[in-house]
Formats: sequence, structure tokens, C-alpha cells
Amino acid sequence: MAQDGARRVLAGVDAAARRLGLSPGMSAAHAGALVPGLHLVPAAPEADAAALERLGLWCQRYAPIVAIDPPDGLLIDVAGAAHLFGGEASLLTDLSARLERTGIAARLALADTPGCAWALARFGAGGIVPPGGAAQALAPLPMAALRLGLEALRGLRDVGLTRVGQLVDKPRAALRLRFGPELLFRLDRALGREPEPLTALAAPETPRVALRFAEPVGARESLERVTADLCARLVPELERRGLGTRRLDLVFTRVDRLDQAIRIGTARPSRDAAHLARLLAERLALVDPGFGIEEAVLTASRVEPLAETQESHLASHLAAGPQVPDLAALVDTLLVRLGAARVYRLAPVESDLPERAVRRVPALAAPLGAVWPADLPRPVRLLAPPEPVSAVAEIPDAPPLFFVWRNIRHRIARADGPERILGEWWVAEAETDLTRDYYRVETEDGERFWLFRDGPMEAQGRWWLHGLGEA
Amino acid sequence: MPPPRSPDAPTLAELRRLTEPAGLGAGSGAGTEAVPTLPFGVPELDAALPGGGLARGALHQIHEGGPRGRYAATAVLFAGGILARLDGPVLWCLHSRDLFAPALARVGLHPDRVVYCETWRDAEVLPAMEEGLRHRGLAGVVGELTRMTLTPSRRLQLAAEGSGVTALVVHRLCAGEAADPEPSAARTRWRVAPAPSDSMNRRTDRHMGRPRWRLELQRSRGGSPGAWIVEACDAQGRLAVPAGLADRPAAPERVQRRAAR
Repeated sequence: MAQDGARRVLAGVDAAARRLGLSPGMSAAHAGALVPGLHLVPAAPEADAAALERLGLWCQRYAPIVAIDPPDGLLIDVAGAAHLFGGEASLLTDLSARLERTGIAARLALADTPGCAWALARFGAGGIVPPGGAAQALAPLPMAALRLGLEALRGLRDVGLTRVGQLVDKPRAALRLRFGPELLFRLDRALGREPEPLTALAAPETPRVALRFAEPVGARESLERVTADLCARLVPELERRGLGTRRLDLVFTRVDRLDQAIRIGTARPSRDAAHLARLLAERLALVDPGFGIEEAVLTASRVEPLAETQESHLASHLAAGPQVPDLAALVDTLLVRLGAARVYRLAPVESDLPERAVRRVPALAAPLGAVWPADLPRPVRLLAPPEPVSAVAEIPDAPPLFFVWRNIRHRIARADGPERILGEWWVAEAETDLTRDYYRVETEDGERFWLFRDGPMEAQGRWWLHGLGEA
Repeated sequence: MPPPRSPDAPTLAELRRLTEPAGLGAGSGAGTEAVPTLPFGVPELDAALPGGGLARGALHQIHEGGPRGRYAATAVLFAGGILARLDGPVLWCLHSRDLFAPALARVGLHPDRVVYCETWRDAEVLPAMEEGLRHRGLAGVVGELTRMTLTPSRRLQLAAEGSGVTALVVHRLCAGEAADPEPSAARTRWRVAPAPSDSMNRRTDRHMGRPRWRLELQRSRGGSPGAWIVEACDAQGRLAVPAGLADRPAAPERVQRRAAR
């Protein structure tokens, strides 16, 4: 509820109020008459703006460049940072889940350009627009989705243009003549034909160093030198504060005022300039220098306390006791290069089903000490899914005499089995009737295979090949 | 009176070896004693290798013989057995998601020791292996490759020498590709193929014993090539010579298995 001259009007309504028919701009007296017992709170635009800025700073956990879109929006540039969350879709689900948990109602959209994302979040259904799909996503939206002024909207409605898609095939000169340059400007920005730079928020108190260049730089080697230089300047600042960084944001500002940002994360807090520079250099390929880069800013956006460590090589050799090798640096590099989902350790799962017996754990997790049962031989390669074979066994429960796999016949010389494995009905109901009789077989050449029959022979159980090799 | 030395303090010889630049000791005939080796525990095998064992801090190539070259099952177990007998973590660069970790645990490579990275192509495996070979504390780095030319093999060999980490390349052949021996800078080149687990063809007793491999040392710098039938790695990663193939007049009906010490 805000003050508009002498009247008190509603400045904002929540979802429940909206359902009851209230909307912003309605006078407070009218609203009070419609809904008895209405809870009115004085509007505080400065507090709202400050809260939005705090939310924007918190959103920097997702990407370095976050801009405020007043009064109630945020624009986050996730290019180059989505990999740390396992992809754009996971990033969006994580963000919406966290906002929901905090009690903030939000609509999210992800697209190539800020304009398209803005339009989809406010006027569309939100979600992710595939790269290059901006035109298609914008087409059914109303004209207000282009962030136009009221006169322009009225003018467009007068000539019958109500959807963005109708503008696409109209001659540009005529549109500019009738509605001014603003319409085309907004349309081009939304479709990505014109760039739209964002003014990024800068969090206070985080360690950051900046370099400005008299002449724009663009060559890859120069960027690598700049990166190394910035890391070397940031490390003393971290040392002074007793901090190590877990996340670095490197933002390059181009001559045309567009920002290109890269972000890397480490598994443990680090102050090693060479290591950090190397991790950043891995992602430099994503930076498009355009006509040149004028300024580079390196921010340690996530820091943790880091104690003094003995860095001397000789000292580590002379120290008594076995050395625990530090895998953190190796794992960091592989994570940045390959992505979070592709570096891991494996650990046992207590399950009889072979395809469920292994799970992934983070590469730097503490040793679990668990092993699979030691007495059961297991194949080296597991086929997922198992491949059908035809096999002939002379008596029930005896191993087969030969089997045919991929049109090659293998005669079985030695075999062992059956090892019966039952389905886990508590995991999946469909497995209640699952019975597999596994046979380890060896052909005449000595090759070993792992076959199973998915039911008793009397019930026409079919044969499958599940594994190759044997240990 | 000299001060008492703690048992962990390095000797003068160790310090001298640490401070000498890498690469001087390797490759030359006089320096082969300086390269640490891992003996197999099989006398015939160790005799064929310079230094009495598999050279550590070097690159070794393992090809899979037999028709199932694409899966490279025995080569993987051979590599696993070697790493099981070394101390320290292992980086394994995968070529596809079909490696079944319990098999490595069965030859003595504990799952807590292995960090896997999914590198789907040769072009990704080689840089990942190099990255791993730069870290001194690892026991070994394994990469699953289809082929490796001379230059990458030289880089891997130099990186391994520099850090002392053993590099193993397991070759997985694409279907239909012949194993052409390409020139490479690897210290040794092996070929492992499955062999029938009993040399005697017994139709009556189809009992499954310990698997056997035909292990071939195709190339060894400073050593002599050879081929052997060995018994597959046991739970500690050790190979053994089947007793029935040793020089004896006639194998007895009950074959005694003799594990190597």
C-alpha cells in the first residue's frame, strides 16, 4: 500500500489477494471493501530495493554477472558458469528450489538474450529457451513483453499488432517511421541482433583485483598473461587476510562494453597462484574478445579461511612419516576441464544386482574402506543393458554347452554356476519376480564370459550376456 | 658420537637421487640401476626385464590379444594387478562406462584408491594422463586408448620420468582394426590374451580354476622379448607360473598350484 497523492493505493498484492480480484493500482478503500479483513502493509520501496540487491548478491553463487532489473527482477548471465552446476536445467531447478524454500515467489526463464529471458519470465511460461530459439519463443507473447512504453503499446494496438511474432515480417523502415526507433531497438536486443550489456553488481569486501589496458588486448597469449598477472596480485591480498579462495570470477570488459565472464571452482581453498591461473586458463577458450578487451577484474567470490602451509619441497621430503599425496590440485584441474559429473571415485552398494552394486562418490571424499564381497568372481566389463544370446544347456540348472553372441558361436569348455540372484522388491516393484541364474563360462580359447538365464528353463528363461572377462 | 638416525630419515643416496635432474638416469645403460622397478615375482618374467622388474616412473603399453580386443578385459586386469602392488592413489582415464569396479577390487586394487575420469576420446585421455603424471604422489596413471603415436608416447614417458609415476596405456581396439605395432617411446610393450585355464583338455571335469593368460613381452628397452603362460592375478595382484607347465616329467592328476613368493 503506497501513497499516491491523497489516495492510498495498493502497490503490490500477493497471489492469494490476486485470486480474490485485487490488483496493484486499486485504491485501498476499494480493496478493503472487496475483501474484509485485508492485511495492509505500508510499502517501503527503499527496503525492497535493498532486499533485491541482497538477493542479487546471493545469486552470485550461480554466476559472476548479476544485474538488478528494478523493481522486482534480476538478470543473471550464466554463460560460462552453468557447468559448475551440471548444466543449465540443474542450475534453474536449484535456484527455484532455493527461492521457494526461502519463501520468495519467483518466475524463472533462461534464454540467449536478456530481453528474451525477461519477456519469457514475465509474460511467458518461463523455462529454458534453446540456443537460437529466441524468435520462436517470443512470437506468441504480447507486445508488452518487449519493454515498450505505454504510447508505443497503444499505437501498436491501434494498428492491430498484438503479438511479437507479427512484427517479424513487417518492413523495418515503416516500423521505424510509425513508432520510432525504440521499437526496433528493443526487438533487436531481444532477438540477439544487438548486444545488451548488463551492469553487474559488485559485492563489497570480497578480494578483487583489476587491470585496465591502455590498448585493447585480444590475443590468447596476452589473455593468459593477464590471467597469471591477476592471480599473482590476488594471492598476497588473500594471504593478508588469511583466506583461500574456493571460487574465482574473471570478468573481461570488452571495448563495446559487453562483459565476458569465466568462473572456476576448487575443491579446497587455495592460494596457489600458478594453480589458479592454470585452472582459469582452461576456460579462456570460452572468452570471445570481440574488438578487444579493456579491463579485466578478478574476484575471489567465495573464500574460506586457509592456514599457513609449509610449501617447501625439501621440507616435505624430510618430514617424518608417510606422505599423504594431495590430490586436490589434480582433481580441481580435471573437474574444470571435464565437468563435475565426469570425475569421481566408485564405492560399493549393498545390492545383489550387478548393475546396482556400484555408486559414484566425490573424488576427494574420505576413504570409505568398504569393498564388494571378496569371494565372488566378477567380470571386468559389464554390458549395459545385457545382450541377448542363444544358448543350449542339456539339463536344467546345468551350464550351457555353447552360446551364440552377435552371430558368433562359442563352445563352452568349462563353466561354473548357477549363482542365483533375486530381484530387490524393496527397490523396484517390477523386480519382485526377477530371478537370474548366473553362469561363469570359459570357451575353448580361454575367454571368460558371464551369462545369465532370466528364469528357470521350464519357464522358457532367456539367456543373456552380462559381462566379459573375469577376475 | 654421531646422533641416532631415525629409521625414516632419508639416506644420503636417496637425497642425491632426489636432487639430480630427472631424465639423466633413465635410458642410458649405466643408469638403469637407478630406476626403481616393481618385480612380478615370477623369475622368468623378471629375468627378461632390465632391473629385474617393471620400471616405475615410465610408460608401458598393454595390448589385448584375442578376438575381444575392444573390451581389453585381460589387459585391464594385468594393469590392475600391477597397480595393486604399488602404494598410493591411481588415476584411471576411462574410454567408456563399461568398467566394472568389483573386478579391479578382486585383483587387489581397492576402490578408495582409484579416481576415475570419463574421457571419451583419445584426444581427452592423453592430456588427462599427462595431468596425472605431473603429480608426484600418485602410484600410477592408466589410460584407455585406441591408438597412440610417437609424439604423445614421448610426452607421457617424459612426464612419467619427471614425477616417478608409472604410466600404463591399455589399448582398446576398434572392431576390425589390426594391432599394428606403431613406433612408441614406451619402456615396455606387452600383449595379454586369455589362455585355456588347463593345458590338458579334460572333457570330463569342467571345473573352473584360476584363469590363465598368454603374456607376451613384445618390446623392452634394455631387455629381451618373450612369451609365457601365466596364471591370472590373485587377490593381491600377483601372477604365478602354472605348476603343470614347469619342467617336470609328467603332470600329476591333481595339479598342485604353487603361488610365487
